[in-house]
Amino acid sequence: MEAIQQLFEQLFGTEWGIMLFTFAKNLTLILAIIVPLLLGVAYLTFAERKIIAYMQIRVGPNRVTFFGIPWLRGWGQPIADAVKALMKEIVVPTGANKYLFILAPILTIMPALAAWAVVPFSPELVLADINAGLLYILAMTSMGIYGVIIAGWASNSKYAFLGAMRSAAQVVSYELAMGFALVCVLMMSQSLNLGDIVTGQQGGSMLNWYLIPLFPMFLVYFISGVAETNRAPFDVAEGESEIVAGFHVDYSGMAFTVFFLAEYANMILVATLTALMFLGGWLPPVDITPFNMIPGFLWLLIKIAFLLFFFLWFRATFPRYRYDQIMRLGWKVFIPITLIWIVVLGLIMQLPESVRNDFPFNLWF
Amino acid sequence: MNRIKKFFSTFLLLELWKGMMVTGRYMFKPKITVHYPEEKTPMSPRFRGLHALRRYPNGEERCIACKLCEAVCPAMAITIDSEQREDGTRRTTRYDIDLSKCIFCGFCEESCPVDSIVETRILEYHGEKRGDLIYTKEMLLAIGDRYEEQIAKDRETDARYR
Repeated sequence: MEAIQQLFEQLFGTEWGIMLFTFAKNLTLILAIIVPLLLGVAYLTFAERKIIAYMQIRVGPNRVTFFGIPWLRGWGQPIADAVKALMKEIVVPTGANKYLFILAPILTIMPALAAWAVVPFSPELVLADINAGLLYILAMTSMGIYGVIIAGWASNSKYAFLGAMRSAAQVVSYELAMGFALVCVLMMSQSLNLGDIVTGQQGGSMLNWYLIPLFPMFLVYFISGVAETNRAPFDVAEGESEIVAGFHVDYSGMAFTVFFLAEYANMILVATLTALMFLGGWLPPVDITPFNMIPGFLWLLIKIAFLLFFFLWFRATFPRYRYDQIMRLGWKVFIPITLIWIVVLGLIMQLPESVRNDFPFNLWF
Repeated sequence: MNRIKKFFSTFLLLELWKGMMVTGRYMFKPKITVHYPEEKTPMSPRFRGLHALRRYPNGEERCIACKLCEAVCPAMAITIDSEQREDGTRRTTRYDIDLSKCIFCGFCEESCPVDSIVETRILEYHGEKRGDLIYTKEMLLAIGDRYEEQIAKDRETDARYR
């Protein structure tokens, strides 16, 4: 790193050299995050099709391969799909507001990718180690809904509009429960920095993860996350039997694919955040030799994959919720639970230190 | 006590877990997919696919141009012209089946007194331009010649029920 910085300084002078170096460094880091992420998204769609197919005793995509290698059958599918989507025409409906119509998918994917800036992959590996990381994440995930609303409105179609309205109402309701669940994590870790939140869970084994003291919050957060990304069983936004495909009916080609990418990128993001905040991020489940040999980055990946599997499993298992049931779950179940838990947690935090030290697992600070 | 039990089972999502275990188990069950071009589902000898015109073992075409199939065809897909041959027998000069009209009901096969027009097991055929699916007498006879063995075997299997 130092050598490269010096090279830049020699090439462009001290002032410009540092600026350009920072710029180049950040650009490289951004690419290093975005490219694997988009590949992950592509293969998540493949994993979804494969896993759901297996659960429905089918085999899923098993034809497209690379260079005719037989044991890679099916692995070329996401690439083939991407190429197909790129070749297709982006149809803009006559009545649509052209600029907003094109802007909407960009507005959807932008926050889904931008949120990754503060995600720590290991103690050192984080693009922007800012203090208000969690706040930034909450802000970014809430931004995604603008894309959906704008898409629904700009399409000038009643199905798209209804889908957007449903989606907006749902995401806004679940954001509350999600936020409150995160407040519990904040109270435990005493920090908004995602790296600090993970370090707060350090301590030898998985008993120190926030999963155990905050188990109800974990459930609330994960289920809200499923609802937030408009995944089954909360996918009323695209309920194909009643409103065709929701907000993106009128989109085609790459514009549609961008929505698709954003949905899956959001899924990965929610899984990552759950892993960071409740499953100890890069920490191994037990801090003994065979486990802590594996780099923390891989542990995080394993945890993300595990949680993503649940997303797919939910989709294969549960039928779609009715809309009023979704609202009931969000407002009348999750929000009261989280509020009560915050109060309980606060009370425990106010106990005298001698009492707190006698608590099971010795978890409470 | 019961209420406490119910509270915890609701809270720990026990019933949802039950449902997920079902799908989880199915994930490891053997798959029932038939890999189509390599594997095929069993087919009945009565399968009604592409048409064929048959010949007698001595090479003489069976069709006597009685036009029963043309008359019975509900989709009016069959067109027949006939003429007397030099040996005094009546034969078709034209036997067209428009497969884009055909509904594969099998009435032509039923009605044929000499088992000439038959429907074979062939289902993988296509046309690439307009008119490709109008099959002429020569084409139908060629199909019959090519698949005679299979056609004869299927008629024999089904002979008891005809």
